[in-house]
Amino acid sequence: MNLKRFGAPAVIAMTAALALSSCAANEGGATENGDAGSESTLSGNLVGAGSSAMDAAQQAWIAEFQNANPDVTIDYDPSGSGAGRDTFLEGASGYAGSDRAFNDEEIAAGGFAACAPDSTIIQLPLYISPIAVIFNLDGIDSLNLDPATIAGIFAGQITNWNDPAIAATNEGVELPDLAITPVHRSDDSGTTENFTDYLAQAAPEVWTYEADGVWPFEGGEAAQGTSGVVDAVTNGTGTIGYADASRAGDLGTAAVQVGDEFLEYSPEAAAAIVDVSPFVEGRPDGDLSLELDRTPDEAAYPIVLVAYSIACQQYEDSATAELVKAYFSYIASAEGQDVAAENAGSAPISDTLREQAVAAIDSIQ
Amino acid sequence: MTTTLTPPEPRVATPVSNSLTAGKLPNGAPWMILAASLLVSAGLFGVIALSGAEFNWVGTLVVAALIYVVVITVLSRIVEGSRRSTDRFVTSLVTGAFLLAMIPLVSLTITVVTFGLARFDPEFFTYSMRSVTGEGGGALHAIVGTLLMTGTAALISIPIGLMTSIYLVEYGRGRLARGITFLVDVMTGIPSIVAGLFAYALFAIFWGPGTRTGIAGAVALAVLMIPVVVRSSEEMLRLVPNELREAAYALGVPKWLTIVKVVLPTSIAGITTGIMLSIARVIGETAPLLIAAGFTNSMNYDMTEGRMQSLPVFVYTQYANQGTPASAYLDRAWAAALTLILIVMALNLIARLVARFFAPKFGR
Amino acid sequence: MSTAPAPIRAKQRPGDRVFSRSAVFAGSMILVTLAAVATFLIVQSVPALFATGETASILDTNFWAYVGPLVFGTIWAAALALLLALPVSIGIALFISHYAPRRLASVLGYIVDLLAAVPSVVFGLWGIGVLAPAVQPLYTWLVDNLGWFPLFSGPVSGTGRTILTAAVVLAVMIIPIITAISREVFLQTPVLHEEAALALGATRWEMIRTAVLPFGRPGIISAAVLGLGRALGETMAVAMVLSATGAVTFQLLTSVNPSTIAANIALSFPEAYGINVNVLIATGLILFIVTFAVNALARWIVARRSEFSGAN
Repeated sequence: MNLKRFGAPAVIAMTAALALSSCAANEGGATENGDAGSESTLSGNLVGAGSSAMDAAQQAWIAEFQNANPDVTIDYDPSGSGAGRDTFLEGASGYAGSDRAFNDEEIAAGGFAACAPDSTIIQLPLYISPIAVIFNLDGIDSLNLDPATIAGIFAGQITNWNDPAIAATNEGVELPDLAITPVHRSDDSGTTENFTDYLAQAAPEVWTYEADGVWPFEGGEAAQGTSGVVDAVTNGTGTIGYADASRAGDLGTAAVQVGDEFLEYSPEAAAAIVDVSPFVEGRPDGDLSLELDRTPDEAAYPIVLVAYSIACQQYEDSATAELVKAYFSYIASAEGQDVAAENAGSAPISDTLREQAVAAIDSIQ
Repeated sequence: MTTTLTPPEPRVATPVSNSLTAGKLPNGAPWMILAASLLVSAGLFGVIALSGAEFNWVGTLVVAALIYVVVITVLSRIVEGSRRSTDRFVTSLVTGAFLLAMIPLVSLTITVVTFGLARFDPEFFTYSMRSVTGEGGGALHAIVGTLLMTGTAALISIPIGLMTSIYLVEYGRGRLARGITFLVDVMTGIPSIVAGLFAYALFAIFWGPGTRTGIAGAVALAVLMIPVVVRSSEEMLRLVPNELREAAYALGVPKWLTIVKVVLPTSIAGITTGIMLSIARVIGETAPLLIAAGFTNSMNYDMTEGRMQSLPVFVYTQYANQGTPASAYLDRAWAAALTLILIVMALNLIARLVARFFAPKFGR
Repeated sequence: MSTAPAPIRAKQRPGDRVFSRSAVFAGSMILVTLAAVATFLIVQSVPALFATGETASILDTNFWAYVGPLVFGTIWAAALALLLALPVSIGIALFISHYAPRRLASVLGYIVDLLAAVPSVVFGLWGIGVLAPAVQPLYTWLVDNLGWFPLFSGPVSGTGRTILTAAVVLAVMIIPIITAISREVFLQTPVLHEEAALALGATRWEMIRTAVLPFGRPGIISAAVLGLGRALGETMAVAMVLSATGAVTFQLLTSVNPSTIAANIALSFPEAYGINVNVLIATGLILFIVTFAVNALARWIVARRSEFSGAN
């Protein structure tokens, strides 16, 4: 009997929970009367999982999609690309978001549990996010940096802001005599993989490491996630880092040398790099995996993260197929891309890419 | 006291070897010395500040504290002798430790409250995050999820934990007791993220891969909670004097009634503190819930079906995956953190009242 | 047979039987849970122990070379945190139990209890946004003036997110735990012991030293172990605050710091796939073992001192 007394806080907690059990003010109504002005007949639950870089865009897409289809609930779990691919592989999610596409070995190994036995998978680069090189220097908003200088700074070879290599491309800018603190991601991330891929392609003589999701050597400052890097750069002195361009805020950003000119990131320039890059060869129709070209000839911003939306071409469960098809069609539409640009700062895909993506989505069954 | 019969000489303020008759600093002395140290220190830094540097508040307080400790120790040693001097020295150290610890704690509280109040509005408590982007939205789904999962975890682990500690203290002899003590030790070493992985894997066996439910989250929390309940209650039960138990046995009270009526009430304040600590320990867990209970933007009251949001996960996801405008996400994160602390505060208050109601009346 | 005097047996009451059985049952539940967790950990870890750089992309050579620096970082950060937290916590507990006025003491105790509930994510946010920028100038000063001392050698971190900052955050997290338990234990000191000491003319400190501390020592050790357990296993706060680059170094104030096992799992798990997941779970097993070793050590110390315990 005395035990009941110890459970009292728990009991009260449960009572409080029940008291709160009235539905959330923004939920329920639309679902119950279903007269939200839509003729949608779609209903059901869809679960996606994967890239956390894509999360803000996914939440925006889901919000709009659910408004248009009130009987649909979509949950996107930003558990990370690796976890997202594994979850999709074991059939626990209907679609995946990933910072890299499944590679040839993984596709050959197969075993996608949600897909029909002979189905191929569809991989669409529907989220293009420019990565900005951000820094924190009093009174300086922009610097021109060439790939070798960026690589030198992040490799720890250029250690002071008044280094001649930085001064050479920034005439007229008064560079302080201040130690450089390069900040990189401490977690395994697609942003790091794309950034190191850029350094390895554009400045191979300085950056001798391979592209990797984990920072390849000990040195520099490490911070968790995009938010951590932005916080570290903002709160530190003489710091430089790389992060999703949408999060650059008031920090200074670098204009990156492409060919002979220096280019600030912009949605158009970021979308352009995807158009000039070739698709990976030998993949079935509907697999639009890219081989990103970081040293383009044209005015295209080379440091971008491309996240793939991955689905089955043929699902075991036709209801899931229908939901995924509708949802992906919305993502690929001009409207969907604009919603993501507004909420997540991504670069809308070009019309040529959209045509190919829509063709692939239409083949989902 | 062993004085001779010679007529008493007039008292003089010279140190005497007998500590009981030693002089004593006047009552207000510590405060006066403290004020004087502050003045001296402020003067010192004021002079430095005159030469152009900024006035250093931190330095002033640190130096003042040092001056105070040295002065009061030395002065007390001269006037009151070495034993009182040590006592005064330790008193200032203990108080100092307390004040030192208050700095981060107060700073943290102020940070959470100031940032948290920005979104501490009715909408926050009546909305979920379903179909919300950018500004607005709320954490009702997370509050409900946290209460349900933590409540269930408490219902699992408090009986098990408390009975185990009773077993260890009152019944446990021999190999099983030693084994359980050992295992509880091992259990405190389970990293929270591993508990989450375990619960996830366990429920995947029954309900298929990728199942994320509130009950899985509750089990993960219970795994983390049980050892804390056991260890703290065990410690408190051991402190109950054996005389009390023996007195009860001597009156012919059965053992189980002795435990329920004598041992538990005597230690209930400590046990309640331990249980509150264990709840506090798990209610803020992020990593295991992220894995076991998942993440959702919609309401869910069903522990056995579907993902369930919780406040710490809400804070983490709002911080880690900010969209635009970023400030809307950060404000929601801080408001959720403030809510979580307030919930624990309320639980704590209830627990203290319960403890006070059932505890025997002591001298203190 | 019947002539031998039978020992007088206590009367078996049903209440007693039910109560003691449920106590045993509760104890056994712990056994079952632990067996399940251990089985899960070991089964998942086995493939990792034999993995090489070729089979698991996360490894350079083999598992032990990967986990070594992490173990170092885990113990180093937790030890620093305990070193900072233990004296302060005992000070606070004594202040609340024996120095502060009664009314103030209960309020203070309440506040400290509350702080145990602040989620680690919030400690992380506070560490990044408030603590690290605040201590960075102090670190610069230390490196400039005391750089000859190996622990303080430079180059100083530009953001203040060093292992020392992480240890301070951990210390702030475990102070409430250690304080709450020590305080309860100090309050349980038999009043007679305290009064006896005071009656003999002891000063307050002498009373504490001769009556309170010896009585509370096992409790303090238990409290410290609970705190250390949390410090060893803390995930989010360390992951967010620490600039972890995986180096093995004792320097406290640079950007290059060892990582901890728990933080590393949190940082690497989302992107882990295939056998890398097993590697990370195996590091969890190692953390499990490290924490257990620390606990066993503390138990051993307490056992040697058990004569001070109230019940024996």
